[in-house]
Amino acid sequence: MKNAVTNSIGRRIPQKAEGLGRFRPFGGSFALVDAGEEIPRNAPPMRPEQPSRSKVRKSLREAVERSGLQSGMTVSFHHHLRNGDALLPMVLSELEAMGMSDLTIAPSSLTGSHDCVAGFMRRGVVSRIFTSGLRGEVGAAVSRGELDIPVIIRSHGGRARAIEEGSIDIDVAFLAAPSCDPLGNISGARGKSGCGSLGYAQVDAAFARHVIAVTDGMEKYPLPEPVSIRQHQVNSVVAVESLGDPSKIATGSTRITRNPVDLRIARNAFQLILASELLAPGVSFQVGAGGSSLAVASFVRNHMRTKGVKGSFGLGGVTGYMVQMLEEGLFDCLYDVQSFDASVRDSLAENPRHVEIDQSLYANPLNRGCMVHNLDIVVLAALDVDVDFNVNVMTGNDGVLRGASGGHSDTAAGAALSIVVAPSFRGGVPTVKERVQTVVTPGESVDAIVTERGICVNPRREDLLKAASKAGLPVMDIADLKRDVERLTGLPEPLAFDETRPVALVEYRDGTIIDTVYRVK
Amino acid sequence: MCSGTARAGTLESSDCLVTVGPGSGVTLEYTGGNFFLFRRRTQAIVNEILEARAVENAFVSIQDQGALEPTLRARVETALDRAFRKKGDV
Amino acid sequence: MKGARRSMLYIPGNNPGMIQHAPVFGADSILLDLEDAVSTGEKDAARLLVAHFLKVMDFGALEVTVRVNGADTEWFEADLEAIVPCGPYAVRVPKCNGPKDVQKADAVIKRLEKEHGMDEGSVMIHAMIETALGVENAFALASCSPRVDALTLGGQDLTADLGVPKTREGAELFYARSRVVIAAKAAGIASFDTVWADIGDNEGLLEETRKVTGLGFTGKAAIHPGQIEWIHEAFRPAREDIRKAERVVAAADEAKRMGRGVVAVDGRMVDAPVVKRARRLLDLAALYLCETEDPS
Repeated sequence: MKNAVTNSIGRRIPQKAEGLGRFRPFGGSFALVDAGEEIPRNAPPMRPEQPSRSKVRKSLREAVERSGLQSGMTVSFHHHLRNGDALLPMVLSELEAMGMSDLTIAPSSLTGSHDCVAGFMRRGVVSRIFTSGLRGEVGAAVSRGELDIPVIIRSHGGRARAIEEGSIDIDVAFLAAPSCDPLGNISGARGKSGCGSLGYAQVDAAFARHVIAVTDGMEKYPLPEPVSIRQHQVNSVVAVESLGDPSKIATGSTRITRNPVDLRIARNAFQLILASELLAPGVSFQVGAGGSSLAVASFVRNHMRTKGVKGSFGLGGVTGYMVQMLEEGLFDCLYDVQSFDASVRDSLAENPRHVEIDQSLYANPLNRGCMVHNLDIVVLAALDVDVDFNVNVMTGNDGVLRGASGGHSDTAAGAALSIVVAPSFRGGVPTVKERVQTVVTPGESVDAIVTERGICVNPRREDLLKAASKAGLPVMDIADLKRDVERLTGLPEPLAFDETRPVALVEYRDGTIIDTVYRVK
Repeated sequence: MCSGTARAGTLESSDCLVTVGPGSGVTLEYTGGNFFLFRRRTQAIVNEILEARAVENAFVSIQDQGALEPTLRARVETALDRAFRKKGDV
Repeated sequence: MKGARRSMLYIPGNNPGMIQHAPVFGADSILLDLEDAVSTGEKDAARLLVAHFLKVMDFGALEVTVRVNGADTEWFEADLEAIVPCGPYAVRVPKCNGPKDVQKADAVIKRLEKEHGMDEGSVMIHAMIETALGVENAFALASCSPRVDALTLGGQDLTADLGVPKTREGAELFYARSRVVIAAKAAGIASFDTVWADIGDNEGLLEETRKVTGLGFTGKAAIHPGQIEWIHEAFRPAREDIRKAERVVAAADEAKRMGRGVVAVDGRMVDAPVVKRARRLLDLAALYLCETEDPS
C-alpha cells in the first residue's frame, strides 16, 4: 500500500484515501487525553416553519422531498430493530426509486436484515459506508472489494464522537420510531416494534441537519412520558404499515449457556474478578450478550447475593439477566444504550431505576460523562486475539468482514478491569495468533485473556498477575497457551490479501486509524 | 498397495470423515470450513502416515469438521487399516 | 496423597468432541471407554483415537483411565497393545470374575511396559465387578496384583446377572456395594460406585452419592458432565467437621513443634489415626475452596 504509515501498534494504515480525506495513525488508547485539545461540536441549524399541529407527511417520498436530500449526501439509521429491521431497506429502495446515488450511509450498525445494502452498493446508490458492523452479504461484498471507497468502522463511542464533531455530517436521519406522535415525540418502549432503548438514535436526533421519524405505532399527541426523542429534534413523521419483524426485534431472553467449555471459561474469568478485589460494594460492571461473557454475570450474581454485595450500576448492551439483577437489588441503577430482549424493553418502560442513555454519554471519549470510563469490570468476547493481547472482533478466519466493533474498544479502554473471554480453539482453529488479522481493541487496554485452559494476564498488569497467582488461579503465559493449542490444532496458514486495496479502515474511538482491512484474494 | 476403499470418522463437529481408496500416486482431496487454513498441514500429515506404511498409491479424501490433529491422524490410520483389511479379505 | 478421585467421568472413546475437552468438565478423573460406549464396527476407530489423544494431549491434573474390552473378546489384546504404550494412569478391565481376568491383563501390560521401555508397574489396573461371581471374588480381585489400584462396580450388568431390576433406592445392590467397599479397603485400594443413569434427576444422584460415600466408596462414576458438581457436593465435608479437623491438625503441629509425643485437643488425647484422618479431611476440604457454584 502506497502512502502508508505505521501506527503505534505496528499496523500499516494509509495516510489518506480518495473520498475520505486524510487519516491520523493510532498513537495509544489515551493519546487524546495527553493532547488535551478542545473540539467544537457540529450543531444542527435552526429553520423557520409555519405553525402546525402535525408533521405527518403523506408518504416517505414527500418527507424526503421536504428534507432537501440529494445524491451525494449522508443519511443515517439506528440498528435498535436488530435482525428485524425493515426500515433501512425500505428507505434505500425509495431513495433509489427517486433517482438518488452516491449516498453515504451512516447506520449505527448493519445487521442480518441489511444484506440488501450489497445490491445498493453495486447499483451505485450507496458509495460510502460508516458503520460499526458488517455482516453477511455486505461484509462479503466489501471484503471482495466491491466498494471503491473503504468502509470506516467505528466503535459506538467513536460514532458518537464523529457525529458530534462533524466527521459524520448527517444530512438526513431516518429514525425508526416504534411509538410516535404527530409532532415527532418518539419512544422505543411501546408499539408492535417496541425495541427498548433508542440510545444510538438519540445522537442522530440531536445532531442531524434533518430528522425523519418513521413509525408503525402512531399515538395521539402528546406521547406519554418517558419520551426518548422529543419533538424539537424531529422535522417530519411518516406512518408505515410495519417497521419490521417483532419476533426478531424483541426476542426472548438469552439463557445462560450450558456448554461446559463456556462455563469453564466463565468460571476462570469469575475467579480472576474475585482475585482483583473489585467485586466490592459500589461495583459497576458490563458483560457481553451471550456465551461465556453472560455466564460470568451469573457467577457474579450468585456471589453478590450470597455475600450481600450491592453494586452501584450495570451498563450496556442490556440483557434480561442484568434486569433480573437490578430487580434483585444487586444494582442501584441500570444504564441502557441498547435493550437486547423483550423483558429489557418492558423493564425500561416501567422501572425508574432502569435508565435510557444515549450513545455519546455511553462511550464517547470526549463526552464529560462518558460512562464506560466509570466501569470497574467489563467482560468481552473475541473472534481471535494475539500474543500482544490485541483483539479482533471484525474479520473471520477467512479474512472476510463478519463482525462489529460495537462497544468493545470503548469498554476495554474505560474499565478498570477488562477481561476478554474466548475458547482456546474454535472449530479446530486456534484463537491465539501470533498477530491477529484485524485489531479493533489494542492490547494495552486488555487486562486479561481468559480461556478454558487458563488465565493470561497482560504483563502490564503486574498487580493483577500477583493477585491471581496468590489466589492459586490457573495463570499461564499467552505464548505458552498458543504453543499448547497449536500442538493440537496445527499452525494455520497465513491468508493472502491484496495489500494494495484497503476495503475498510478501523477507526479507534479517538478518531485515529488503528488497523486496515484488505481485499481478500 | 491399497486396493480396497474404506472410511473412518464422522461428519460430527470436531471430527472428520476420511475415505481412502486406490489411486495413482498420492492424491488428497481436503474439504471443509478450514480448508484454506490447514491444507498444507493436512497434506503433510497424510504424506507422513502413508510413507510410514510404504504406501505410494492412494486416494485420500478428508472432510474436515474442525478436527484436531490427533483426530485427523487417528481417522486416517483407521481408514487405511480398514482398506487393507478389506483387501486382505478378497 | 494421590490426586482427588471423587468423580470419574465416562467419555465415549469414539467421540473426539468430548475427548478433546476432557479437562474442562471439572471431573477428578476420566474413563475413556472402548467397551460399552463403542459399537462393534467402530472398536478399531475408538482405540486409535484414544491412543492418539493420549500421546499428544496434556490432560493436566486429570487421572486418565481407559476401559478396554473384556479379556474374552477379540479386541482385548489389540486395545492393550495400542493403549498401554501411551501411558494412561490405569486400564479398566471390565467383567472381572476372578483373579485370572486381572492376571491376564497384568501379563500383557507387563510385556508391553517392557517392550516400550516403560517402568514396570507404571500402568495400573482398575478391576470392574459386574457379575455375582465377581462380587464373590472381590477381595481376591483387589489383592491379586500390586497393579490393582481400584475396584469399580458395574450396577447395570450386575443386576442383570442377578436377574433383578435396578431400582432407584438400590436395595438390590446394597450387599454388592458393601462387599466391594470392604474388599477394597481391606486391600488398601480405592472403590468407585456405579453410574446414576437418570441425568435429569440430580437430586437423586446427590442422595445416592451421599449413601454410597456413607458406605465407604471413595469415588463415583458420572455419565454426563452436569453430574460432576452434584457428585462433588456429596463428598464435601461438613463445616463442623472441617473446624474440628483444623483444631486437631493445629494441635498435632503444635505438639510436633514442642517436641511432645502426645497430642491433646480440648483436654482430650488424640490418636495418630485421628490426626491422619483430620489431615485427609482438610486436603479434601481444600478442593472446595476454589470451586464456584454453577449458574442457576
